[in-house]
Amino acid sequence: MKFLDEYRDPAAARRYVDAIRDTVTRPWSLMEVCGGQTHAFLRFGIDRLLPPELTLIHGPGCPVCVTPVDIIDKGLAIAARPEVIFCSFGDMLRVPGTDGDLFSVKSRGGDVRIVYSPLDALALAERHPEREVVFFAVGFETTAPGNALAAVEARRRGVLNFSLLVSHVLVPPAMEAILSAPSRRVDAFLAAGHVCTVMGLDEYRPLAARYRVPIVATGFEPLDLLQGIHMCVSQLEEGRAEVENQYARAVRQEGNASALAVIREVFEVVPRAWRGIGSIAASGLALRGPYAALDAERRFGVQAVGGRESPECRSGEVLQGLIKPTDCPAFGTRCTPERPLGATMVSSEGTCAAYFRYRRTRPGVS
Amino acid sequence: MCLGIPGEIVSIDAGADAGALTMGQVRFGGATKAVCLAYVPDASVGDFVVVHAGFAISKMDRAAADRVFSYLDAMGVSSEP
Repeated sequence: MKFLDEYRDPAAARRYVDAIRDTVTRPWSLMEVCGGQTHAFLRFGIDRLLPPELTLIHGPGCPVCVTPVDIIDKGLAIAARPEVIFCSFGDMLRVPGTDGDLFSVKSRGGDVRIVYSPLDALALAERHPEREVVFFAVGFETTAPGNALAAVEARRRGVLNFSLLVSHVLVPPAMEAILSAPSRRVDAFLAAGHVCTVMGLDEYRPLAARYRVPIVATGFEPLDLLQGIHMCVSQLEEGRAEVENQYARAVRQEGNASALAVIREVFEVVPRAWRGIGSIAASGLALRGPYAALDAERRFGVQAVGGRESPECRSGEVLQGLIKPTDCPAFGTRCTPERPLGATMVSSEGTCAAYFRYRRTRPGVS
Repeated sequence: MCLGIPGEIVSIDAGADAGALTMGQVRFGGATKAVCLAYVPDASVGDFVVVHAGFAISKMDRAAADRVFSYLDAMGVSSEP
């Protein structure tokens, strides 16, 4: 496919690997905050091509993984109601709440459906005026424009039986939480390309300046990732801490103006709890103004039930890049994609799932 | 979650009524899907867009797309191993 296959050229990749080796003189740790990039690193074996001085740390780049248990529990409670058609992206269905997941609600007769787009959920609401259609609006900034437009369209078309269970999170505040932690190990960031496509680059400049950290907006194909790494390492070796754009074919400096306008009309910035990390100030989006009438939490009056996590799961440390999945004693034994203890093993984009799928094991274990 | 797939716009549908969302058909390799084009107002048939969860979120910049192949030359990195 055009704009995809050419970025997987092995000869060009080898040249980048050599250039990275020639540039590195000291140990550096780079973090990506995007599950898609985490998977690409492991799928294409890029982690194994890098010189030993470079460490890839996988950040909280999976919105499914950081959705708090109490929001999952609210989703389970809403989905179990007989009048509700509960619509979600597919990767939320197996994420464990306190008592089961959306699949278990479905198996008990709940009407839970996987949709490709929030507009599909809105169309379902128009076809079923006698039912309440709820869309589970989870995601980073990339997903916010679509979900916001579904809310705008619901109001414009007068669809009263449509609502959103919102758990949107924002990437830069999580990067700042990682940078300001005493345990900081991150020397540079690969910023998630599609988040930057929507938001642009401006919000990264204060972070780069305050924490002296290079930030490179990076794409998802092997050559993108290798170029992003080369740009980060060049900055580190030269003592620079700038915001650069590797993914210029899709990312504009100013982001997507029309998408930003709709996000700001529909959502306001709020504090959000991140599963495994805790509350981060100004790190989420919630429906604002007239759109608050579409808030499913309010419409169905669901209360938090004090969500419980598996005591054995160390996904919080994995999400913050403090440990690798293979450092967890349960990894690959008591915790697998078939029987996950936590969200990082459930979600197809979770770091633990990526390590399991691409057979990254503990040293000495095959 | 933030998966975005590049595809080529093969048609743009006029909305059913004033104020309706601009939709279009976008081809990904062999498959064609209906995609919302409201966020790429300057895109035309034949343009490539990045599509996420049914929405085009960016128009591909063809000039910038080749930079990944010229970057090392521009940096003065030798092409000899």
